[in-house]
Amino acid sequence: MPLAGEFGQVEVRIAQKTFTSVSGERFEVLRDLKFKLGHHQVAALVGPSGCGKTTILRIIAGLETDFEGTITGALPGKLGMVFQEPRLLPWRTVEDNVSLVAPEITREALASLFRDLDLEAHRLHYPGELSLGLARRVALARALAIEPTLLLLDEPLVSLDEALAVRLRDQLAALIESRPITTLLVTHDLEEAVRLADRIFLLSPRPAQVIAEIPLTAPRSARSEREVARIVSEVAHRMTNSAFRPAHA
Amino acid sequence: MVRLLSLLLFLATWWLISQFVQPQMLPGPERVLSAIAAQMRSGDIFFQLGVTLARVLAAFTIAMAAGTAIGLLMGRVKLADRLGDPWLIVLLNLPALVIIVLAFIWGGLTEIAGVLAVAINKLPNTVVTVREGARALDSGLDEMARVFALSRRKYMWHVVFPQLGPYLAAAGRSGLSLVWKIVLIVELLGRPNGIGFQIGVAFQLFDVTLILAYALAFVAVILVIETAVVQPIERRASRWRIRTS
Repeated sequence: MPLAGEFGQVEVRIAQKTFTSVSGERFEVLRDLKFKLGHHQVAALVGPSGCGKTTILRIIAGLETDFEGTITGALPGKLGMVFQEPRLLPWRTVEDNVSLVAPEITREALASLFRDLDLEAHRLHYPGELSLGLARRVALARALAIEPTLLLLDEPLVSLDEALAVRLRDQLAALIESRPITTLLVTHDLEEAVRLADRIFLLSPRPAQVIAEIPLTAPRSARSEREVARIVSEVAHRMTNSAFRPAHA
Repeated sequence: MVRLLSLLLFLATWWLISQFVQPQMLPGPERVLSAIAAQMRSGDIFFQLGVTLARVLAAFTIAMAAGTAIGLLMGRVKLADRLGDPWLIVLLNLPALVIIVLAFIWGGLTEIAGVLAVAINKLPNTVVTVREGARALDSGLDEMARVFALSRRKYMWHVVFPQLGPYLAAAGRSGLSLVWKIVLIVELLGRPNGIGFQIGVAFQLFDVTLILAYALAFVAVILVIETAVVQPIERRASRWRIRTS
């Protein structure tokens, strides 16, 4: 159950989350997972495949309610989410997909959002006419159109070619920078995490918990290629060293 | 063009066969057309067509509305599906004639009983088709609607019904043809007017020309509805598919 917290602040405390397989076997995905996001902070969750990163986002978004714990600050209606798949309505135009979730958005704000994401030429297109990269940008526009206090991004750049991923990542960074939004990003791409986040939470294998919190103090725009490479290498090292073993083994 | 050719071929075949059969058994197209013209001049056919059409529309609307609601419920809620499935099987296998006769016995030879009998006959087909559509709804779009806190009305109108569109169109198309056939039986058995009643009278007089005249006139009306109403709605609803294909 989401609880109201300090404006823009999110606190996640998940004592346990289990799933039951088709054969009836219960397996624990998350245990004693805790972290806090400050107002206007961008955090990245990184960890091994299948450790439960997306499950954490789904719990925060209210899509998974069967768990032990509390989520504070993720208020319905003020929460924007970009899923791994764009999840656009194929029978509505780009503009209609965005305005459906944000009926109060002004024409000027919508135009500005489309301009920021290079979507002006595609306003009247249907999702089936868009490439994956464009559809992702529309999904991002939809999430931002509601002026969320919390933005959840689930692998927003996955499956895009490198050049497109870099372009979208830069657009994403600029948009986050210019808006008072607390953002939680799930990614398997360390460089993406280092370039976008203010803080990285390293997760253990299942049952996942936060095993390290890495603050990135330099402003995003000031992070040089060398600095990014150094941090990526450091995070990768921490992921593979002995500390990165099942926390409950 | 191909459709017109096909229609002309049908008329030619009919005319050819009628040349070898007694006119009382199978009159040629020209005799049937002149019978239709005579009925049109008297104005009677318009009244009978209007009455039957009104019953078709009433029964169709009731069956589609109730069938869509029940089908959606059964497709989305497991308990409702388990509870409703045996009823559905019974209704699907109950002969139309039994439902009509029972409706007239229990409800009297009234308009309401007749229309309800037709609607109940059509109902299970709509439920089955819409239930399949509801089972195939995209759970990803459901989650999107939940995350963005879409209102119930917006969710149904913009997320659910567009996905059900092809299923509703299939139920509507098959429903229209089924409903009008059952309406004729209802009129034959228990109404004092309509195309079915007129066909019953013609049957007693062994007047095949009149039977074919009324049947053809009604088929023509249904074809006009299909072409002028159903197909444009279908095209409009699937605009996004055409553009993306």
